[in-house]
Order: sequence, then structure tokens, then C-alpha cells
Amino acid sequence: MEHLDYETLNTLKQVMEDDFNLLIETFTQDSTERLKKLQELIQGNDADLIRRAAHSFKGSSSNIGAQQLSALCAALEKKALAGELENLTVDVARIEQEFQLVLTQLDAFH
Amino acid sequence: MNDVRRLKILVADDTDTDRLILESIVRKEGHTVVSACNGLQAIEVYNAERPDIVLLDALMPELDGFGAARKIKELAGDELVPIIFLTSLSDTESLVQCLDAGGDDFLSKPYNRIILQAKIKSFNRMRELHSTMLTQRDQIVQYNNRLLQEQMVAKHVFDNVAHSGCLNANNVRYFLSSLAVFNGDVLVAAMRPSGSMMVLLGDFTGHGLPAAIGAMPLASTFYGMVPKGFSMTDILREINGKLKNILPVGIFCCAVMMDINFRKRKIKIWNGGLPDCFVHRHSDSSITPVKSTHLPLGVLSNRAFKDDCEYIELEKNDRIFVWSDGIHEARNAAGEMFGEARLKQVFANNRNQNRLFDEIIEGVQQFVGGGEKDDDLSLLEIRMDEPERVNAYAKEASDRFGNADIEWSMRFEVKPTSFKVFDPLPMLLNVLMEVPSLRGFSSTLYTILAELYTNALEHGVLKLDSGLKQTPDGFSEYYRLREERINLVGSGYVRINILHKTNENGGLLKVRIEDSGDGFDFANRSHDNLSAFGYSGRGIALVEKLCGGVKYSGRGNIAEVDFSWLKDD
Repeated sequence: MEHLDYETLNTLKQVMEDDFNLLIETFTQDSTERLKKLQELIQGNDADLIRRAAHSFKGSSSNIGAQQLSALCAALEKKALAGELENLTVDVARIEQEFQLVLTQLDAFH
Repeated sequence: MNDVRRLKILVADDTDTDRLILESIVRKEGHTVVSACNGLQAIEVYNAERPDIVLLDALMPELDGFGAARKIKELAGDELVPIIFLTSLSDTESLVQCLDAGGDDFLSKPYNRIILQAKIKSFNRMRELHSTMLTQRDQIVQYNNRLLQEQMVAKHVFDNVAHSGCLNANNVRYFLSSLAVFNGDVLVAAMRPSGSMMVLLGDFTGHGLPAAIGAMPLASTFYGMVPKGFSMTDILREINGKLKNILPVGIFCCAVMMDINFRKRKIKIWNGGLPDCFVHRHSDSSITPVKSTHLPLGVLSNRAFKDDCEYIELEKNDRIFVWSDGIHEARNAAGEMFGEARLKQVFANNRNQNRLFDEIIEGVQQFVGGGEKDDDLSLLEIRMDEPERVNAYAKEASDRFGNADIEWSMRFEVKPTSFKVFDPLPMLLNVLMEVPSLRGFSSTLYTILAELYTNALEHGVLKLDSGLKQTPDGFSEYYRLREERINLVGSGYVRINILHKTNENGGLLKVRIEDSGDGFDFANRSHDNLSAFGYSGRGIALVEKLCGGVKYSGRGNIAEVDFSWLKDD
């Protein structure tokens, strides 16, 4: 699976025109916050909050074409739903790693 | 690029990037966007902006999409506001939850522009369809209200024209829907000067206003003529003629008309097109049907109209039942009609005659079952009773007729100066026509008066010789002389005496005409020979035939006839 789906990105660029940069900026800020929130949440044990945060992150990254990132969030969402709260730091670390990669590739894209 | 008009679309999503993307897509399609970041805000914005379509994220802080959807649907009321849920949820339960909350569709992430465009288009079509439907529904409601209002006005007018007359008499029971006039049913009743009751139950073809229209002239003619003493056949003819002129072909009035004479305990009845009426005998509870033997009112021209009636003698407490076909044609849930057999069964099962009327209504209503389908029932029962127990009017008329015969007389003298310029006949006839029972004899009475007056004037006052008229030449000489003498006449008179007397069965009119002439030798006149008077005798022969004889007195200058008649009602 590619880190970025360029077809989605190209369509977005077409649709957003001048706002595309704003979209990427917003995504960067938004996701940075979401990541931070996730890191905090996994210190506690509220499975539902973790699930919801992962769910939203999954949605927004899929919209931007970050399919790998979306898939990692989906996996976390699934675990939280199942109540498996052990070793989530590993999952979130992977998500952070993937997010940095996506940012680099997005930067290169526009 | 798009054929959807500019819409206002609410985008509610708490994820900034998702909202940004959606806003851009929607704006690109040419629509206006209003946005919200959570459920509560979505409701606020909806209220303030009234968007056409709502795009709602399922999971949002404050109030989630489900709650917001419920509230927005509630606020929208009758209007259709399509709600499309934005979701990356994919389990069945969540999707069902979206629909339960009033969602109309889903749009899953990542967003696909083409699909969103198609959904907006199709929901807008649905929205417009719905709004057209609402407009039409409102129009229908409005039309219906107007129709009902018009019907109420029409009913009001009709109620004034066709008031229930004397239906409140003690011997009358009737059942009629309050809006019967719009079912085409009409029931009118009035007292005649003689104290008998005249009733007409009519059933116009069709429903609604067209059926009600004919009831107006029918009722106004009925109430105009009955109190003046016109005979039933005159009234029937008048109504028939009016309806025939007014109503379009195919609309007519099946009717039963009755003249109920309480003094003689007789009913005169005419049935044109209504189901058989039943005469129910008090003594043995038997029923005799009175069949329709005529076409309905308003079908035939008055020339072809038949007004022959049936006469039925009734005992006290015998009853007559008249109905429109609403009873016979009342249907039950299975579509069966009540029919005459069931109606007869009601009579057969009856134990208390005072309950018959109620048992008929109950029988039909039980047969029909639930619902208000008895709107078309029209039923009338008239019981034979003593006049004084019917109503005050019948009592008063009965006293008048029973105890004192009506008797009056008048004298009228024509003097010399009037002979040339004044014909007393129209005036005399006018007076006689004020007597209701004489109206049917107007031409006969005219003949009698005209012949007697002419004889008195020409042979008596003017002393013309009737022998002159035996030859054609003499005939013209006669009229020359008549002209000459009438211009010169300076003395003489014709005195007309009319005596009117009624009795139980009819009446007698005595007409006595005296002139100032020399008279003639009436004792030697041949009675059996109608040609005795030659040309001039024809008139007198006719009078003799009509009155059963002419009596002469004095010196032959007084002629007297008796004209008697029998009332047919």
C-alpha cells in the first residue's frame, strides 16, 4: 500500500484550487493535535475515547489520501473497540512515524 | 455544468480538513455553503439559515449527528430537508442508527466528488417533488374548504326556500340527512286551505350542487302553490314543467307526491320513479305497495306528462311509508344491497307499530355496519289520524269545513252606459277563480256565463230576434243591428246573481241572470229539440248540457243555472 494515494490528492488539488495549501496546512495542524491527544489518551484506559480519536483520525487521513496512516488508525480503533489496551504505545509510535512520512511526501507533492 | 439550481447546503463536521474538502466540493458545484463544527451548532445554523440539504458528520462533540438529525427533522416539520450522513462508519448497526435518526442517505469517506454531486442532484429533485406535493396538498385543502363553505351557503339558502313546512305535525315522522339536499333528496310538506296535507319526497339524479339546484324551483313552486289551494295535479305539472325547462337532460327528479285528507281519510298519491311506497294497515299489519306508474319529474314535456293519481282509503292509524332508493341500495361491507326483501322482513318482524319507523332505520344501519354511510337515507312515515290531532291548521280547517259550509253570493248589474264599453265576463271569472276548487273549471264557467250574458244582452236588452240568425244573410244583418242598437241603448239592465256554496263533497254555483227585456214564452219551448233555437240556440244547448238544465222564470227574462262540482281530493 502506498503512503499517499496520488489520485485522491490530484482530485483534491483540482477541487480545492488555491485552498489546497490551506487544506494541507490544516491537515498538518489538525493531525499534530490529534496525535498529541492520542498519546495522552493511551496513558489512561478510556477505551471509548481512544476509539473515537482513532476513528476521526482515520477519517480525515483517508480524505487526504493518506491510506497507510488511515489503515494504522483503523487498526488502533479496532483494538480500542475490542478493549485491548496493552502496548498501544507501539501502535501510536507507528502512527507518528507514518504521519511524519506523510508530511514529508505531502511537502514534496505541492 | 450542473442543472441543479443554486442550493444552500449545511456542512456540519468537526474535522477541519473534512469540512474544508466538503465545502470546496459543494461550492464548486455552484451552491452556497453554511458550516457548523458540532451538532448544537448545526441546529443553530439550520434554524438561522434554513438550508435545502444538510450534510452531517455522524460523530461530533457536543451533540452527535444522530441527535442533530432528529432535531433538524423536527424543526423542518412538513418540509422535506434531506439529511446525508458523512461517515466512515461501516458497521450495519451504525448505518441503521443514521436512518433511524432521520437520515436519508450516507456519504462515506474518502469523499467522492462525483457521488456527492449525484446525491445532491437526486435529493434536490426529491425535495422539489415534495414541495410541489405540499403546495398541491395545501391547494386541495383550500379548494375543499371553499367547496364546503359554498355548500354551507347553498344549504342556508336552500333551507330558507325548502323549510320543512308542516313536517312537525304529530302524525309525521321523517329521517333525512342534514346535507340531504346535496345527495339530491328533498322533502317538502304544506297544509292546503282545505286542511289536507300535501307532501312531496323527491330524489334528484346525481350528487352535490347539480343535484341541489333542482330542489330550489321544486320547493319554491310547492310552497307557492299548496297554500293557495291548487290541486295536486296542477302543482305536479307546474313542477314538472319547471324542472324540464331548467335541468339539463339526464338530471331529473324521482318523486312521490301525496295529498292526505284527514277528514275523509283518503290519500291521493302519485309515484314517478321512486321505489314502491308501502301502505301499512293498522288492523292486520298487511302492506300494500304503491308502485311507480309514471316517469320522474322533469323528463316529459307537460304535453306528454301524465298526472293520474291513485286514491287510497285509510283507516285511523294506517300508515304510509315513502322512501328514496337510499334504503334499498344501502350496502354492507360485502357490497350487498339492503333490498326490498330485507325491508319487508322488517315489517314482518314488527310487533309494535309505533316502532316500525325506528326499526327500518335501525335495520338499515345494522346492515350497513360501522361508518356514517346512512347519509343517503330518506324515509317518511305518515299516519292517518283525526284532523284535530294532526296539527292546529288541520283542526281549524276541519272545524271550518265540518261545521259551516262556505256560502257567499254576489250581485252585479250592468247599466245602459256600460253595455258598449264594458265586458263583465273577465271580472266575474276572476272572482270565481279565487275559489280554489273552481280553478279547474275556468273554461266551463266562462262558457256558461258568456252564453247567458250574451242572451240577456242581445235578446233581452237589445231585443234582437234570434230568428234572424237562421240564414247567412240574416246573420250579418243581426250583427249590423246589434252594433246599431248598442250605440243607441239608453235604458235597460242585465243583473247577474252568483251564489256559491260548498258542501262535503264539492260545491254548487247558482248563476241567475235577469234582463230588462220582454222575455219569451218559455213554457212552450221544446226541451228536447236542441235545434229549436237554430244558430242562436247552440249556446244555450251547451249551457243546458253543462248545467243539467236552464230554468226560466218571470216573463222569460230570468235564466237560472246550477253548476255543481265534486272535489277530487
